[in-house]
Amino acid sequence: MGDNIVSRGFRGRRRPDADIAGRIPPGQYLTRDFPVLSAGPTPRPALDRWDFVVRGDVESPRRWTWDEFRALPSETITKDIHCVTKWSKLDTVWEGVSVDTLLDGLETSADYLIAHCDGGYTTNLPLEDVTGGKAWVAFGYDGDALEPEHGGPARLLVPHLYFWKSAKWVRGLELVGEDQPGFWESLGYNNYGDPWLEQRYAGD
Amino acid sequence: MGGTGSQPRTGQPGRLDWRLAEVVETRDETPSVRTLRFAVPGWPGHKPGQHVDVRLTAEDGYQAQRSYSIATAPESPGVELAVERLDDGEVSPYLAGEVRPGDKLELRGPIGGYFTWTAGDGGPLLLVAGGSGVAPLMAMIRYRAAAKSVVPTTLLYSSRSAEEIIFREELDRLAAADSALRVVHALTRNQPAGWTGYRRRIDAAMLTEVFGPAAPSAVAFVCGPTSLVEQVATDLLALGHSADRIKTERFGPTGT
Repeated sequence: MGDNIVSRGFRGRRRPDADIAGRIPPGQYLTRDFPVLSAGPTPRPALDRWDFVVRGDVESPRRWTWDEFRALPSETITKDIHCVTKWSKLDTVWEGVSVDTLLDGLETSADYLIAHCDGGYTTNLPLEDVTGGKAWVAFGYDGDALEPEHGGPARLLVPHLYFWKSAKWVRGLELVGEDQPGFWESLGYNNYGDPWLEQRYAGD
Repeated sequence: MGGTGSQPRTGQPGRLDWRLAEVVETRDETPSVRTLRFAVPGWPGHKPGQHVDVRLTAEDGYQAQRSYSIATAPESPGVELAVERLDDGEVSPYLAGEVRPGDKLELRGPIGGYFTWTAGDGGPLLLVAGGSGVAPLMAMIRYRAAAKSVVPTTLLYSSRSAEEIIFREELDRLAAADSALRVVHALTRNQPAGWTGYRRRIDAAMLTEVFGPAAPSAVAFVCGPTSLVEQVATDLLALGHSADRIKTERFGPTGT
């Protein structure tokens, strides 16, 4: 429907200050909690058997053990995050390895990638959305190790897209030539997920 | 915030459009939970377990959206939501307090294709709820009854007290009429005199007693606060249920 329907008697909360309001995408609300969302049980892989791989359309796959991964250069990242279930959280602080570092010097003709996770979860992303300082594999949150329920030991962090793209328990990136919908993208959620365009569901 | 920055695009194939929904009935289920039944012209139908987005618009154009699970079976008319009033919430005090029959708001959905069950998905069906997390599981139970499914089904339902059990009478009635449906309550804070059920939070021992040994074909749905969902999903894994047959959804206050 084109016209907005006024909900009788609904006033809503006091509007956030303009500088905050400008950081909250359409249809989102500010939270100070860190809600947990996942489709199944939380995986708890042993770190001595954990690895991270880059594979697919690459000349030679890359693999890091946990110790090798943690020895890579990492950085502190402060970003706002936006979950498709409507909450946004500002100035979250992460520690992680830039995806640029993981893909550094890699020859590929791929335009897309699929993130693969413990538990079988997948999500798809254009390669250009994870390169150029836009995405990380994060292992720390708010000064501590990333907790399992929030995706530890490591999760993808792609803060400019809805947070389901920041796949928890990530174990590898598969570079592919053709885009393929991942888990939620096959179940009615948007293929790209730009919060500023409110791309929550298929067709948005 | 609000959706005022872009014009709604309507009628596009595959797009979930906002629909005008009229409140046709409200019912206080517990001191803090009210169910709202909506008439939604053109509602495309849903699978048990799916949810909707609700959008409220203030007179000055300010909008707020939240998600609520659908509690009704697809076969029944309208869409029913169970809204728990959160004292510091923005939307739930309005929905569970101010709203009355005849009011209109906007809904879009159904949303979510994973936390769903239909009879063809088999069972036994193991349902674990905490508080208002019972809503999507109630949709499955009501659907199962309407579809005359005989899939063995058990609901293990944790509430703080007897007064806070949502859908209690209907659950009792459905279970009394159906030997393949069992409803087991756990009351974590207060128990009425003579209470013979569980008096603690759900734990691994309780899951074993209630559900028995893990059957390979069993499918489990767990919905409630994060602490309950994390605990129960972890316990079910340890009891031998396979991860891809434990489906979770979280409810609860998010934000101040």
